Amino acid sequence: MTTLGALASHVRSKNAGPFWLTIDVFFADDIAYNRASHSLTDPAAIGARYAVRADQVRIHLLPRLLAIKVSMPRSVVQGCVGDRDMHAGQQFVALLGLPLPDGDPE
Amino acid sequence: MTGSRVAGPATQLVRVLMPVGMLGGGFPATTIARGIELGADVIAVDGGSTDSGPHYLGTATAKTARAAVARDLRLILAGAKRAGIPVIVGSCGTSGTDTGVDWVHGIVSEVAAELGHSFRVARVYAEQRAEDLARLLQAGRIHPLEPALPLDAALLGRCTHIVGLMGHEPIAAALACGAEVVLAGRATDTALTAAYALAEGLPPGPVWHAGKIAECGGLCTTDPRSGGVVVTIDRDGFTVEPVAEHAQCTPASVAAHMMYENADPFRLREPAGTLDTRDATYTALDDRRVRVEGSRFEPAAQHTIKLEGAALAGYQTMIISGIRDPQVLSRLDEWCEQLRGYLDAVIPGTLGLQAGSYRIDLLRYGHDAVLGAAEPCASEAPREVGIVFIATAADQATATQLAKLANPALLHAPLPGDAELPSFAFLGSPAEIERGAVHEFVLHHVVDVTDPGELFRTAVGEVGA
Repeated sequence: MTTLGALASHVRSKNAGPFWLTIDVFFADDIAYNRASHSLTDPAAIGARYAVRADQVRIHLLPRLLAIKVSMPRSVVQGCVGDRDMHAGQQFVALLGLPLPDGDPE
Repeated sequence: MTGSRVAGPATQLVRVLMPVGMLGGGFPATTIARGIELGADVIAVDGGSTDSGPHYLGTATAKTARAAVARDLRLILAGAKRAGIPVIVGSCGTSGTDTGVDWVHGIVSEVAAELGHSFRVARVYAEQRAEDLARLLQAGRIHPLEPALPLDAALLGRCTHIVGLMGHEPIAAALACGAEVVLAGRATDTALTAAYALAEGLPPGPVWHAGKIAECGGLCTTDPRSGGVVVTIDRDGFTVEPVAEHAQCTPASVAAHMMYENADPFRLREPAGTLDTRDATYTALDDRRVRVEGSRFEPAAQHTIKLEGAALAGYQTMIISGIRDPQVLSRLDEWCEQLRGYLDAVIPGTLGLQAGSYRIDLLRYGHDAVLGAAEPCASEAPREVGIVFIATAADQATATQLAKLANPALLHAPLPGDAELPSFAFLGSPAEIERGAVHEFVLHHVVDVTDPGELFRTAVGEVGA
């Protein structure tokens, strides 16, 4: 068992327009990428951290870049009363502690 | 697809200089001359984004400093005039409202006069009238994007400003009118690079992908602050190269930019269709330049124009109070709950306000203000906290009355069970800070159009000496 933050080499988040949050997770090597791509597959566990429904969470695997992109609608629209992070630049932190079970790499 | 100016088959390549990701962001004084040396056929620069939030669209004001925009334009216009190449500025004045286009036009006029040059300038306006859109909505021509927001004529009427995001077509049409400078209202970032190249007849796959990679200037390089990039687009692909000699583009830095601020890392919708980069290859030509091939563009069955609209959400007044007392910080949740309970009890009776007609937010900077309920370390006691109290109401006077009513509690609220009244650290006098009107983005919709230019209006004239 490890966490996404411990396995990744770099994690960043940003708005993708006012209505979407997108989080990019980069890995230093194939081993870390493969492990994460086999275990970072539960949209419900990710969505729960952002008060977003599982069926709205999109996970994109980018093996050539050793990266995983996670996108979801913002739970509060950018800049609305109650928004805490105008550019969503700090929202990745909520994902760093995501536990990654030891996957079953083929 | 290729805009109104269709060139002969002779055009084999087009070079676009994107000096900076945002007009007014600043770039080295050598950037323009060096970009022109590299063979730039056109200078394209983005002047806006929704990224700074709804205020700028809601009020039609720019987030950039006027002097910084003038400084960038001085370098761009002087270089373009020397080289005899056109300049395209998109999303003028941050949100691309008509006021934003006129604001940049005023700066261009000043700079042109100062340089002693004249320019033929096209202004392409992108602002939309609520009543026109209400008719389109009625006709079934407006559709929600995901996540879908409700829309009716009343909501359109509440918007203080609405813009449509133009594609390349109105910009290409302005170039075809002989414009040396095109000042576009709200436009897709990519359209600024794409307009000239598509008008020259280059294929849309490489053109749109080059537009996406170049949109933020040097952000696709290893040194984002070094100045912009030049993209060389040809019939089979494009090559991207940083302007600064010490900066590098690598296959990773270029490919990673396709992910940036994009919900889908492979597909990007434009008014005319969708860029698909799934099969694109990124190859290092040397240690500075990257070659990209295999990008495709799928024309859409229906041409659509995306809308952005901002409506007034209320007025705010805030108070910042610092807490350093370890006792209070060790029981911060309790302290906040008691404060909130007191405010909920005292506000309706004292100010005569109904629940739901105002809103109180208590953000705890230094503890969990940024992540809220998602804060992973919320069980740890902080060393120091800035309580940011925000009152939102229908008018400024009410918001300030809410803050004034909360003021003594924010200053002196004791811990439950404590007899002695503490005093916390207010930031300044008056403690109340009026934020003015606050806006919200309320449109996430597209309009079906038959003519890509039908929602936009162009005016052409001369400025300068």
